[in-house]
Amino acid sequence: MSFDAELIFSALRALTPILFAALGGALCERAGVFNVSLEGTMLIGCFAAVTGSWFGGSVWIGVISAVLAAMVFSLLLAIGAVTLGADAVVLCIALNLLAVGLTGFLLRTVFGKQGTFGDPDLQGLRPVDIPGLESVPFVGRALSGHSPLVYLSWVAVVVIAVLLSRHPWGVRLRGVGEAPEAAQSLGVSVARYRYAAILTSGALCGLAGAQLALGNVTLFSENMTAGRGWIAVVAVMLGRALPVGVLLAGILFGLVEAIGFRLQGEGMPQQAADAAPYVMTLVALFLATRSRGRRGGAPPGRLTGRIPRPRRIARTTTESPS
Amino acid sequence: MTAIKAGTAIEHAPGPARYAALRLRGAVLSPVTGSIVAALLLGAIILAGTGADPFTAYRAVFTGAFGSEGIGDTLGESIPIVGLALALAIPLRAGLVNLGGDGQLVLGGLAAVSVGLYSPFPSAITVVLALLAGMLAGGLWAALAAVLETRCGVPLLVSSLLLSYPAMSFVSYMVRFPLLQKGSGIPQTDRLPEGVKLPEFAAGSGAGTGVSVGIVLIGLAALVYFVVDHRTAAGYEVRMTGLGARFAGYAGVDRARLTLRLMFASGSLAGLVGAIAVLGFPYRLVDGSLTTPGHTWTGLLAALLAAASPLGTVAAGFFFGALTIGGFGMEQETAVPQQLTSVLQAVVIIFLAVRGGVFRKGGWLRRLGRGADPGPPATASPPDPETTAPAPARGDGGK
Repeated sequence: MSFDAELIFSALRALTPILFAALGGALCERAGVFNVSLEGTMLIGCFAAVTGSWFGGSVWIGVISAVLAAMVFSLLLAIGAVTLGADAVVLCIALNLLAVGLTGFLLRTVFGKQGTFGDPDLQGLRPVDIPGLESVPFVGRALSGHSPLVYLSWVAVVVIAVLLSRHPWGVRLRGVGEAPEAAQSLGVSVARYRYAAILTSGALCGLAGAQLALGNVTLFSENMTAGRGWIAVVAVMLGRALPVGVLLAGILFGLVEAIGFRLQGEGMPQQAADAAPYVMTLVALFLATRSRGRRGGAPPGRLTGRIPRPRRIARTTTESPS
Repeated sequence: MTAIKAGTAIEHAPGPARYAALRLRGAVLSPVTGSIVAALLLGAIILAGTGADPFTAYRAVFTGAFGSEGIGDTLGESIPIVGLALALAIPLRAGLVNLGGDGQLVLGGLAAVSVGLYSPFPSAITVVLALLAGMLAGGLWAALAAVLETRCGVPLLVSSLLLSYPAMSFVSYMVRFPLLQKGSGIPQTDRLPEGVKLPEFAAGSGAGTGVSVGIVLIGLAALVYFVVDHRTAAGYEVRMTGLGARFAGYAGVDRARLTLRLMFASGSLAGLVGAIAVLGFPYRLVDGSLTTPGHTWTGLLAALLAAASPLGTVAAGFFFGALTIGGFGMEQETAVPQQLTSVLQAVVIIFLAVRGGVFRKGGWLRRLGRGADPGPPATASPPDPETTAPAPARGDGGK
């Protein structure tokens, strides 16, 4: 197997859905919402993207409907977890399963298909050649010719990174996550910022779904996200909920997926390629916690240990004396 | 759903008649009943939206599940669902979520079929060994997820799920390559030798009902869980951890050890379900046959519905099993896709979770504690600082 431009190309393509979803997860994490419904929200995005593109006749209608549908879906999490105070984990588990059931149900009622819907007439995202860049020898083949959403995801990393570190909105969002009582007492609406974080993460998951269903392939199949939303959750953990960290973690998974796919073409069993990203994820988590020292990881209900919660001091003193 | 309250109120029994009345009132007014009714109403709206008559559809669900033809299927479907619901309920009782049931299930099936195919012992001993091997395989895999949480700080939710995918790939590989039955186009192992199977009830009335001694084994598991939960110090520690992990920590509960043990128990029960499935019709492991029906996820929802109480979990698992089978009856009758039932199962849990005070943040099994307390009514929940703080902004909730 050679390490060439095509490999980078396919790694970047595999990275995109994970990156979008992980950026959404990072926003929620920074706002203090434990969001593990990325998987289901992305699946809703996949289905809405295919439905919109099929009935709207344009891929952009597909992308927009994916974003809107995923935002509506994540609104359920926002209402439940922020307004009604439900347990976010339980709610997210139910939402993930709701997404699987709902898309399976709609696949049969809307398209009359079971399992998979694909059609030669279904509009997919077209590759964009970047003028100037495409003629550069190695870099051009790796970076040019992706779907527009791939480039959008890179822009999103920069925008979210700047927003979180520089803009007042981002600073307030972090404040809401780190010390909700303090933020509330300073007149920052905790609920409003958490709603914004969850809905933005919904929109990003919708883009992830659109890229998956209209960019990487051009079809919808039941449960097609296949754990990518969970890999995104891990990317949030490994990237410590920092946009650039999330990007680096995502590149790692994209590379593993691309290498696995390549080796599969060279005779490695498909099952090994399927398992590779998850094994890599576990190894990465293991190494990350090792190098960080045995600090016991994140407090319960949080993905990263970087944001202290108000009652953190009390919690650490009661941790089991192992 | 009356069974859910069973164990918790016994100590305060205020006379049989009044007790029964209280139990009935509690069951009717419980959030569980409310959530189920709300989900069924929503389902009726969806049914009407697709042009079907909700009453016909629900009648078809009922007769499909409990009619003379359906009841056998319902029992067969309920065995794995109840088994997996119990498996996932065990850690849930302590507030831990095991999302890796699928991996533990298929590893149990693989271990059982390997022992069944290659054991040199007489068939009766082989069956027992296969069951034990299945339990051990599932249990060890689940224990690995616990170690990842306690040693490496990976949340159990994530570690158990991530371990599940490679396990499924591994089992799929084993079935498709080393253990593949030669000559058949189906990805499946060889049939287990004659006699290596769990005895079946009513074998004369038609094979393939799937009702075997497995139902007894799952019943036994439920009984053990019930006794351990209600009558032993270990069960008390588990419930206490579920109600308040920090308090339990103060009281000397070793959380790491508890997590490890609960996950081992959980995984071994999931592995047992896999072994039972393999030792029944079609007496072999077919790639994907254990995970495709989604029993693990139905079981998880059932465990959540019952707040992991032993008897309630059995009842909820049976209820969801009946709903699944009834869904097929509904599809035949009204042409509404049977996937609607899995939507409804998820919706029940969403309603239940959203009905705050049931799964409140920090100690989300608090309802159980209140159930044992004869005093204040269940609705008067103390305000949670995290949820009351954003309350003034409720007006812009719909944006």
